[in-house]
Amino acid sequence: MRQLSPRRLWTTSLFLILSLLLVSCSFCEDNTNLSPSGFSNIDNKGSDTIVNLALAWAEAYQSYRPEVRISVTGGGSGVGIASLINGTVDIANASRQIKIEEREKAEANGITPVEFIVARDAIAIIVHPENPVNQLTIHQLSAIYSGQINNWSEVGGEDRPIVRLSRETNSGTHVYFLENVLRKGEVDNKTLFSMDTLLLHSSEGISAEIRQNPNAIGYDGLGYVTEDLKTIAVGWETTGPFILPSAKSVNDQLYPIARDLYMYTAGEPTGEILEYIQWILSPDAQDIVTELGFVPVRQ
Amino acid sequence: MEEIHWSEFVITRLIKAAGYSAILIVSLIFIFLLREGSPALIEIPLPTIFSERWYPIEDYFGMLPLIGGSIVVTLGAALIAMPLGISTAIFISEIAPRWAREILKPMVEVLAGLPSVLLGFLGILVVAPIVRETLNLPTGLTALTGALLLGAISLPTIVSVAEDALDAVPKTYRDASLALGATHWQTIWRVTLPAARSGVLTAVMLGIGRAIGETMTVMMVTGNAPILPQGLSALVKPIRTMTATIAAEMGEVANGSVHYHALFLIGITLFVISLIVNLAAASVVFRQRKRAERILS
Repeated sequence: MRQLSPRRLWTTSLFLILSLLLVSCSFCEDNTNLSPSGFSNIDNKGSDTIVNLALAWAEAYQSYRPEVRISVTGGGSGVGIASLINGTVDIANASRQIKIEEREKAEANGITPVEFIVARDAIAIIVHPENPVNQLTIHQLSAIYSGQINNWSEVGGEDRPIVRLSRETNSGTHVYFLENVLRKGEVDNKTLFSMDTLLLHSSEGISAEIRQNPNAIGYDGLGYVTEDLKTIAVGWETTGPFILPSAKSVNDQLYPIARDLYMYTAGEPTGEILEYIQWILSPDAQDIVTELGFVPVRQ
Repeated sequence: MEEIHWSEFVITRLIKAAGYSAILIVSLIFIFLLREGSPALIEIPLPTIFSERWYPIEDYFGMLPLIGGSIVVTLGAALIAMPLGISTAIFISEIAPRWAREILKPMVEVLAGLPSVLLGFLGILVVAPIVRETLNLPTGLTALTGALLLGAISLPTIVSVAEDALDAVPKTYRDASLALGATHWQTIWRVTLPAARSGVLTAVMLGIGRAIGETMTVMMVTGNAPILPQGLSALVKPIRTMTATIAAEMGEVANGSVHYHALFLIGITLFVISLIVNLAAASVVFRQRKRAERILS
C-alpha cells in the first residue's frame, strides 16, 4: 500500500487537472458573439488613425443602443485586416484600401471583405512654429523625403538641416504618403524614403519631436495636428495655388493629400453589424467626424 | 513516517520538474525560433541579407544596419554604465557609512524596477532636446540618447550584483591588507575588487544583457532610421536596433510571409548574440576560479 500511495496521488491530481480543463472549456464556448443575456458584441480593430473616431462612434452608439457592446482597439490598418482574415474581429478599420494579397488570403479563409468608406482624412505636413516656410509643392516634398533636398534654405527657409520624420512602415499613413507624395501617385515610380528618415511609432512621437526641433518636418492625419504645430500649405505647381488642409478644402477636392478611411466587414454585414454601419453613415455619426477634425462623407 | 516519505517524494519531483522545465523551455524557444526564422535564409538571397537597406514593405531585407545599431547602442550603454556602476558598488560596499548604505541599496533596487516606457518618455521630452542642443545636432533622437537611457536602465543591475559580490569578500582579506600597511584605497583596488572579480564581471554581463534586449526605450528615443553605423559619428546619428524592429513590425506582418520569417531571423541573431555574451562571461568566470584555486592550494 505504501508503494501505491504516490501513484494514487498522481492519478487524483491528473483527474483534477482534467476536470478543470473541461470546466474552463465549457465556459469559453459561451464567450462567442451572442451571449445568452441578449447583449451583442461587436469587435472593431485596426488603423490607429481611425481609433479615436471609432471610439467616439462606439460610445455614442452605445448610449442610444445600450444592449450593443462595441470593443475598439488600434494597432494599425494591417493588424485590423489581418484580424479580419483570421476571423477574430467583426469590423476592421483601415486608412488604406485592402491589398490584393490580403483579399486573396481572406478568400482562401472563406471570408469576403466588404468595403465601406466611413470618413475622409487629410494628411497635414507639419513643422516647428518658428519655421518660416509656409508652402511646399508635392515635388518639393518628394525631393525632401527622398533625400535630394537636405537643407531648409533650398525651399526658401533658414540655413538648417532637414530632419525627416515619418510613421513606422506598418502605418497606413506611411504607405499612403509613400505612394501619393514620394511617388506622386505614379505607379511605376520606385522612389524610396531617404535612409535617414526617422521612423517613429506614434503620432505623439512625431508631434513631440516637431514641437521642440526647428529642423524637423513631419506628416500626420489632420485630426492629430495640435495648435502648437505649424501646418504647411501644399500645391502641385510652383505657381500655386497652395492649399491648407481643412474639411472644406478636402471635400472640394482642392487639398492634394487627402484619402478615404475604410471599414471592412467579413461578408455582407447582417443584424447588429449592419445597423451599426448604417448608423455610422448617418448624419448624426458624421457630425462626430467633423468634431474630431476629420472630413465627413457626403450623403 | 509515511507522511514524511510522501511529502519528500512530491517535493523532490517538483524541484526536479522545475529544473528540467527551464532547460526544456529554452530549447523549445530555440526550436520555435529556428522553425520560424530559417525559411528566411532560403527565401531571401544572402547578398540581400547582408545589404545596407532595411525597408521590408518593398522587399529590402538588409540586416546589417539593424545589427550595427544594436551593437552601437549596447556598447555605448556599457561604456557609460560599467565605470559608473562599479564605482557606485564600491562606494556603497566599501566607503559609505552604514546609515547611507542602508538608504542607498534599496534605492538602487527601486530604480531597477522602473518601467522602461517611463524612461522612454523622459528620453523624448528631456534627454533628446538636451542632447540636440548641447551637441548642436540636427536631431536629438540618436544612438547616444539611446545609450544614455540604456546605461541608466542597466546601472541598477550592475550596482546591485557587483555590490553583493564585493560584500561577499571575507573581512579577513581587508584586515590583512590594512595590517600590511596598505591604504584604504589600495585595499579596495588591489585586494577587494580582484577578489570579487568574477561577481563583478557577472554584474557587467547581466547589465549588458539587459541593455541589448531592451526594446521600448530604444524604440522611443533612437529615431529608428536603419542607417549602417560607420565610425564614431554613428553615435550622434539615428539608428534602428534589432529589438525595436521586431517590436514595431511584428504586429503588422502576415503569418508565414517572407517579412515574418525575416523578423524571426533577426530574433535568432539576437538569441545567438546574447548566447555568445553569456558564454564569454562564463568562460572568463571559470578561468578566474581556477587561478584562484591554484593560488590557494
